[in-house]
Amino acid sequence: MSVRRSPHPDPIPDGQREPSASEAGEGHALLDVRHLRIEFPTRRGVLTAVDDVSFAIGPGEVLGVVGESGAGKSLTGAAIIGLLEPPGRIAAGEILLDGARIDDLPDEAMRRIRGRRIGAIFQDPLAALDPLYSIGSQLVETIRTHLPMSEAAARARAVELLQEVGIPAAARRVDHYPHQFSGGMRQRVVIALALAANPQLIVADEPTTALDVSIQAQIITLLRRLCRDHGTAVMLITHDMGVIAETADRVAVMYAGRIVEIGPVADVVRAPRHPYTIGLMGSIPSVADDRDRLVQIEGSMPRLTAIPSGCPFHPRCNRAFDRCVRERPELLDAGTSLAACWLHSRAAV
Amino acid sequence: MTAGTLLEVSHASKVFDVSPPWLARTLARQPRLLLHAVHDVSFSIRRGETLGLVGESGCGKSTVARLVIGLYKLSAGTITYEGHKIGALASGRIPRALRRKLQMIFQDPYASLNPRWRVADIVAEPIHAQRLVRGRRAIGARVDALLSQVGLAAADGQKYPHQFSGGQRQRISIARALASEPEFLACDEPTSALDVSVQAQVLNLMRDLQRELGLTYLFISHNLAVVHHVADRVGVMYLGRIVEIADKATLFRHPQHPYTRMLLDAIPDVAMSGESRIPVAGEVPNPLSPPSGCAFHPRCPFANERCRREVPQLGESPDVAALGAHDRVACHAVEERRLGSETRVRESPRKVVSDPT
Amino acid sequence: MMNGRVAGALRQSWDSDLAYSFRHSPYAIAAAVVFLLCVGSSVFAPWVAPHNPFDVGQLDLSNSLKPPMWLAGGDPAFPLGTDDQGRDILSTILFGARISLAVGICAVLLSMALGVALGLLAGYVGGKTDAFIMRVADVQLSFPAILIALLIDGVARALIPGAHESMAFYVLVLSIGVSGWVQYARTVRGSTLVEKNKEYVQAARLFGIHPLAIMARHVLPNVLGPVLVIATIHIATAIITEATLSFLGVGVPPTQPSLGTLIRIGNDFLFSGEWWVTLFPGIALVVMVLAINLLGDWLRDALNPRLRT
Repeated sequence: MSVRRSPHPDPIPDGQREPSASEAGEGHALLDVRHLRIEFPTRRGVLTAVDDVSFAIGPGEVLGVVGESGAGKSLTGAAIIGLLEPPGRIAAGEILLDGARIDDLPDEAMRRIRGRRIGAIFQDPLAALDPLYSIGSQLVETIRTHLPMSEAAARARAVELLQEVGIPAAARRVDHYPHQFSGGMRQRVVIALALAANPQLIVADEPTTALDVSIQAQIITLLRRLCRDHGTAVMLITHDMGVIAETADRVAVMYAGRIVEIGPVADVVRAPRHPYTIGLMGSIPSVADDRDRLVQIEGSMPRLTAIPSGCPFHPRCNRAFDRCVRERPELLDAGTSLAACWLHSRAAV
Repeated sequence: MTAGTLLEVSHASKVFDVSPPWLARTLARQPRLLLHAVHDVSFSIRRGETLGLVGESGCGKSTVARLVIGLYKLSAGTITYEGHKIGALASGRIPRALRRKLQMIFQDPYASLNPRWRVADIVAEPIHAQRLVRGRRAIGARVDALLSQVGLAAADGQKYPHQFSGGQRQRISIARALASEPEFLACDEPTSALDVSVQAQVLNLMRDLQRELGLTYLFISHNLAVVHHVADRVGVMYLGRIVEIADKATLFRHPQHPYTRMLLDAIPDVAMSGESRIPVAGEVPNPLSPPSGCAFHPRCPFANERCRREVPQLGESPDVAALGAHDRVACHAVEERRLGSETRVRESPRKVVSDPT
Repeated sequence: MMNGRVAGALRQSWDSDLAYSFRHSPYAIAAAVVFLLCVGSSVFAPWVAPHNPFDVGQLDLSNSLKPPMWLAGGDPAFPLGTDDQGRDILSTILFGARISLAVGICAVLLSMALGVALGLLAGYVGGKTDAFIMRVADVQLSFPAILIALLIDGVARALIPGAHESMAFYVLVLSIGVSGWVQYARTVRGSTLVEKNKEYVQAARLFGIHPLAIMARHVLPNVLGPVLVIATIHIATAIITEATLSFLGVGVPPTQPSLGTLIRIGNDFLFSGEWWVTLFPGIALVVMVLAINLLGDWLRDALNPRLRT
């Protein structure tokens, strides 16, 4: 009987212990998001979907952004890629890529950045691929848009990419159409498309949610390996904490449009500091434990039209006190991670 | 049927005819296209027990739930509930007394409630249909009681479904399912569309209700962690067949079938952060053209010639010392003792976290 | 308490997305106002119109073909002039619009009832029933609606000789109604196919509810949305069809002219210079149909979830 443990656990390379959000602006960071605020004007007034969100991603780092539906993580990703759908708009804050602002660029300039320096992977591979064109022609189009290559060279590179993402018989399948691939294969093609122009950063929004469990594992492993090989940073947006635990170096937990906790993955997962994160980790069932009841956070995430004052989590928090209702907490130092919670304030309450 | 067995499924099969329309088929000279969604499935559930069925897309677990409930007709085999044969009858012909005992909770909280009906009417519908309670006031009182049993307010009955969140809608679905005072609930991925914290609420609620009302559950899910939490016994399905069925603790600690082992390895579990895995290659084949012999053989590292030819039957594993008497697995490699037994030990990530409740 | 609920429901409707979209769409408001004017004036025609053009006794041939009152030879008693029988054009427009609207709305109701019922049946039951109904629909669609209406009209007249005049209205409604059910049936069938697979319908089946009850109480309320849009635009088409049929001479009898009849009558006089007989009824018809079409357009956009901001 063998106890199943992997003989070669992947260490988290020291070089990737990148600056945390509090050190943003060091010049180290590849992507620097500062005080981002996304608003939606509606007939009921202006709704703030993302409120004062700041974080940084270093080159080659994997940052997981986790949260439940309505937390604003997808919107943040969309804003970074420049695909925020109107009437949503960036109302405040800055997004810097390699030190230069990209949130205020005109469409044409943003289009050049998208693909060349920032790649995107979405949840539904069917939506990302045009059903009328072969994947080869879509790959070639992306490659030639961003890199100076001849048609033949681009095609060779396309086949190379397909091999890299694990599509069998790539040379033959490069001329196939999206509907001729299965779900998992399509997502691999989407990854190939995202990596085609060798971007510095990939924004992946729920890349494995629509896939079967066994395919999920394959895609996660692939994504991790490729990004490590190419040195690409990843912003991995998902609601699945397990995927984050496997893939990310750091994780940011979002709630009601704000980051409530951010820190190294191992710390946040094993020793969360914010009451929401504590509740969240406790409510995830695991094959490793045998509990009678899961931790239950009463209530649900507030709607955008009714975000509570002060700390947005206070109505559901069993450790809330006066200050939580009055004042919105900033991200405070809580050991190895940061948590937006007055419990970690050293000032007198 | 042993005492205490509530539901017995025996060699159940369901075949769907997905052929193109007759004219197109004749002109293009194509044969009929048959989808064997469920093939020779057998299991039993005892009263008060929860059987979990796991598998990936196309494995047929949802079809099994619908066969048990009576939404689909069996193509072959029998389903017996409390000694009465059901399953060969269309849903309309199941006797009313039995009808009310079997209910279902669906996956999609948005499609399982009629958007044009008020919540109170939705919950009251089975009461009207079954004529369990008569009189508007009595029915109203019963609806209020059901709503509060699932954690909603009586006033919520006047609202429409779109005014509720996904988790609350699932609670309404549960209230509706309980309205006919059932004994057996088939739950088809009831929490898959919900956020994690909401899922915890609903799972806790379902456990409390099971204790309170003595319910029996058939719990379908693709999420192994959830199934581990709720089920007493677990069946693993692949391409329409059950490949392994065992007591929960046994299945998760000593998985026998290569597919079960692969599934367990594939879970992105929070407890595994930092460990690397070797995921198994390949994808679930197209159910319309399944591989010969054992459907898993193209992806199985232990496949031999026999696996390619012969479909393995559900039988007891030779490793009886580790397994219970009712545990079964369908694998030639296990039968031929070609597979080493494995034990999976996982570290709980929850040592450091303080439980706020 | 009832008042409270009604007031609450009204307030909810006023605040609803639909009402909001309406209040903020100038052309919808304008179209609605025009349409209400048309409906109002034709419903209250006996009180609004200066004369009663259908009362043969009132007609005086000496009044025939008088021009509108602002032209030489005009008479203020007949503001828009008269036709060849001495009927006041304005009054005839009002009374004629009444007929046109009545025929239009009744025909649409008939089409809707027939189409929705058949569409529900085809979609829910499926199989051979579905195939049969849809083939009938396909066959009917290969004929222009006018021809179908003419066919039914002709058959009805042959079957019921003599009682022609009093039956004309019902025959018209029948022919236009039967010629128009297909579009409803197709839309409803499509929506029914979608709704049928939703879990709330499956749940209803689980409770042992009869299929007809499921169709009527569960599926029907959810497939009616597009039907209303089609119906609104169909009223306009039905009115035009009626006008066409009357123009062709197989519609309402000439003693009770509808707008179409008026246009036909006036057509003969166009070249002899009495343009007002045809033009004013024509304008009235166009205005009414345009208002209905605009309302239908607004309704379709307002009900389309994707276009909502």
